[in-house]
Amino acid sequence: MKPAPFAYHRPGSREEVDQLLAQLGSEAKILAGGQSLIPILNMRLASFGHLIDLNHLAGEPAEPAVAGDELVLGPLVRQAAALESALVAEVIPLLSQALRHVAHPAIRSRGTVVGSVVHGDPAAELPAAVALLAGSVRARSRRGTRPILAAELWTGALENTLAEDEWVDELRLPVRKADEGFAFEEFARRSGDYAICGVAARVRAADGELKAAVAYLGMGGLGHVHALPPVAAEEIDGPGLHSALTEAVAELDPGDDLHASARYRRWLALELGLSCVSRAAERALK
Amino acid sequence: MSVPVRSELQRVTLTVNGAAQELEVEPRWLLSDVLRHQLGLTGTHVGCEHGVCGCCTILAGGRPARSCLMFALQAEGLEIQTVEGLASADGTLHPLQEAFRRHHGLQCGFCTPGFLMAALPFYRTAEGMSDQELREALAGQLCRCTGYAGILQAVRTASSIARERGQA
Repeated sequence: MKPAPFAYHRPGSREEVDQLLAQLGSEAKILAGGQSLIPILNMRLASFGHLIDLNHLAGEPAEPAVAGDELVLGPLVRQAAALESALVAEVIPLLSQALRHVAHPAIRSRGTVVGSVVHGDPAAELPAAVALLAGSVRARSRRGTRPILAAELWTGALENTLAEDEWVDELRLPVRKADEGFAFEEFARRSGDYAICGVAARVRAADGELKAAVAYLGMGGLGHVHALPPVAAEEIDGPGLHSALTEAVAELDPGDDLHASARYRRWLALELGLSCVSRAAERALK
Repeated sequence: MSVPVRSELQRVTLTVNGAAQELEVEPRWLLSDVLRHQLGLTGTHVGCEHGVCGCCTILAGGRPARSCLMFALQAEGLEIQTVEGLASADGTLHPLQEAFRRHHGLQCGFCTPGFLMAALPFYRTAEGMSDQELREALAGQLCRCTGYAGILQAVRTASSIARERGQA
């Protein structure tokens, strides 16, 4: 339960990080909050020759900020800061709702929002929320920067499309539109545990119609958003929703494990989805 | 840029319970181990070493953190508080500790330092918290004796002990 030896780097600027990654490539791993990485290192599920610690970058914002119609989160915005932010609760309520379910206060005080998104755990709340919001990250390296849409960020569990010399210095999320409502629900054995199943829902109310989309966590996939067929506002709780969500759940491929069977997970996904979409619809119509 | 030799000792400067410390540590040493082995502060207990049990919870910069999920080098410039910093120098228990004693908030005591440090930032407002809020605030701490009822009662009433003392 102790990590293998590594060389520790403490860059003071984003440019120094670029430089180190260009030099060290796949030998190096970025250390931000460390709340997923350090357990992996402690258990020796992975080891790296070099860790590049972002925590001493100078002048990095500790809080999320709005720029235009997006919320921008730097690499050192802690989950606790985002959860406690009145700005986030107002402009991206889904992010606040999802963060409530992320681990515990003593983890959120160190863990970063960007780190959890890049880490890409299929059972984690933030990747599902970011996928549903169609957010994007900014990848950077000595070669320059490029945006990556959430849908194109993950290739599978804990795997992403970043090049060896790239890292993420920014997450951007579109702020809530007036006709949008969100909801997030999760079932876990214990508050803060990994979700057995979780659902994030967005409903847009436009031209008397409701357009819903859902994203799941703990159900095997990562980054996939299921758009449901539009329905009339008064029919949101009708049989149409049930059958649309049943179809969405049929596309999921949850595993059986110690905590829950695949069958139970599918049942949860349907039930949580029904209540989540209804709540998001109420908020969209307010 | 020079790449340090893997197991070379590196210097870290931090504050622990108000006292400045300068230590030589290996990069891979966890803060929990350095507190225990280099500083002899064995009140920080090590349970699971992957962030689940909460026994090693300390305050870093005033916020609760798992000391097993930080490298000691990451504590550079940080103010660390451990359970040893709670009681007064004359041995008077901190109101939280006194509340744990009164309400049987500990049995074997292994989880107690983690619970105390996790509760320290918010115990003054615990009286007004709903049961659900209080349980959620402490859900990251495990007690394998399952003495949660006493623990919850202790955290909820600790601020009244602080008030009693203020009036005495």
